[in-house]
Amino acid sequence: MTDKLALSVRDLVVSTDADAPVRILDGVSLDVRSGRTTALIGESGSGKSILGSAVMGLLPDTMSAQGEIVFDDRQVLGIPERQRRALRGRWVAMIFQDPLAALNPSQRIGRQVGELLRRGGLRGKALEEGVVRLLARVGVPRPEERAHAFPHQLSGGLRQRAVIAMALSGGPRLLIADEPTTALDVTVQKRILDLLAEMQRDDGIAILFISHDLRVVSHIADDLVVLYAGRVAESGPARSVLSKPLHPYTRALARSVPSVSAASAVSDPIPGTAASPAARPSGCAFHPRCPLAREICRRETPQPREVVPGRVSACHFAEEFLDD
Amino acid sequence: MMSMIGRRLAVGVFVIWGVTTLMFVLIRVAPGDPATTLLGPDATPEQIEALTERLGLSGNIVEQYLAYLRQLATLDFGDSFRTGQPAIALVSSRLPETLQLTLGATVIAAAVGLTLSLLAARRPDGAIDRVVSTISILFQGMPTFWVGIMLILIFALVLRVTPSSGAGTPAHLILPAITLALPFTAIIARISRATLTEAMREPYVQTARAKGLSRGEALRNHAFRNAMGPVVTIVGLQVGALVGGAVVVENVFAWPGLGTLIVDSVASRDYTVVQAAVFVIALFVLALNLVADIVNALLDPRIRVEANA
Repeated sequence: MTDKLALSVRDLVVSTDADAPVRILDGVSLDVRSGRTTALIGESGSGKSILGSAVMGLLPDTMSAQGEIVFDDRQVLGIPERQRRALRGRWVAMIFQDPLAALNPSQRIGRQVGELLRRGGLRGKALEEGVVRLLARVGVPRPEERAHAFPHQLSGGLRQRAVIAMALSGGPRLLIADEPTTALDVTVQKRILDLLAEMQRDDGIAILFISHDLRVVSHIADDLVVLYAGRVAESGPARSVLSKPLHPYTRALARSVPSVSAASAVSDPIPGTAASPAARPSGCAFHPRCPLAREICRRETPQPREVVPGRVSACHFAEEFLDD
Repeated sequence: MMSMIGRRLAVGVFVIWGVTTLMFVLIRVAPGDPATTLLGPDATPEQIEALTERLGLSGNIVEQYLAYLRQLATLDFGDSFRTGQPAIALVSSRLPETLQLTLGATVIAAAVGLTLSLLAARRPDGAIDRVVSTISILFQGMPTFWVGIMLILIFALVLRVTPSSGAGTPAHLILPAITLALPFTAIIARISRATLTEAMREPYVQTARAKGLSRGEALRNHAFRNAMGPVVTIVGLQVGALVGGAVVVENVFAWPGLGTLIVDSVASRDYTVVQAAVFVIALFVLALNLVADIVNALLDPRIRVEANA
């Protein structure tokens, strides 16, 4: 628990610049420690990908961010774009959901993987060797040959490996993985997760793993942050959060994961639909779907607070879960 | 790729046949006949009949058409009714001037149009983008004859830096090429801006930016090539249109090109010359479209593979 913080996000607010601004993220805080994985869990529209973009500094032009995003000890929110750009790829890198879309269709794999090396001054033979070494490292077989392939000529798994090689090419300290296995076959998913874990062990990279899939997350996460409608519902060590949720949303989420033996595909779905940040319910955003909702939940927005050491929950009645 | 080219050539033969047939019919349906036009108002009916006979226009239209097709198959277009020279020789004597003008205009339009679109697409709806749209609308909206006259006024008469009309030296080319290029520039700028803006939203551009590339670098190194497909297609089509559509510009600048020849030949009912000129232009348009398709295949490795299959 003494690992140093690679990324620290404090009270991050991301809002749209429209006339009626929407707070897509509303005061989100989370930490990612070096050599560890923090998983950011949420339904679609919860703002989890926006958080990834905000950390990268690649928010759409129509959105702006306030709060703190700290790399190591350095606040990066609000620094000039030129300085921010120098961190991208080299300090913080990103891998995306769909590797086919994330690769330029008209450039050979090697050129894309080697782009950062090239910008670092490598040329000719040294550049080629660097690319082959990167591809070999992420488990691409026959890397010399594959470097000359176009993205459409590779399988989904190999493409995602190439994307990971590209992300590793700048030697980042922090890796943002936005649903990196969602677009892949189940059999390939496990291998990509193993690869990420291996790279993390070797290089001590901090990983922010964005996902909607609790099962995937339970395999790889050290810490868990549960996002609901742009706010943190609960956070803490993954094992402890999953075994004993302190927020009704997390509990419902854990129950909705189908087990192999269950009769129906979704064992216990959460009633209602996910609240969107644009039409966030008053008080606790989860109250319309919450089986435990009381009067106060409608009126007062619960602030995230440490219920037991290391465990944060934003539920008025978090303590009641301790006794279950 | 070769099978694609083969297919396009086969289709091209039918297109040429269709275009020449249409032209053959249209020009004969139009009022007025060559013999009367050539001989003038004082001609006797006997003279007119003799000339009609000599020009090969006396039989019924089906016979004429079959004779025409037989000639066409051997690439014989007949002699000009007016001058007696082979029609194709008249056309090919004008071709270099037309190609010069078209090529000049295309180079200007592509260079300026692409530059404008690259500037605009860096920040869609930003200040530069708005200026570029305004310029595009202006370029496309100004009538060609007026632009030509204004350019002559400014550069030839007031500043005296270019010749006002005619052909012969590279300096003669400047004003007509610019005039012809303006609307074309606007088309290229608008289409390229649209496809570039779309490409900038693609995930692979986000990937590039996540590697630390600036907007401009991501635009040039990643979005540009993928965005050029539709632009190349439009340029191919438009260049074809320029070859035949330069009539107004050629008139304003007294440029001895194909456009002027066609207008004169239609006015004097010089059927053979019109037919030869239309044939050459159709051939040219087809060739350009083929080139555009080939360039597209080279731009996108995915098309290259499909075309090979």
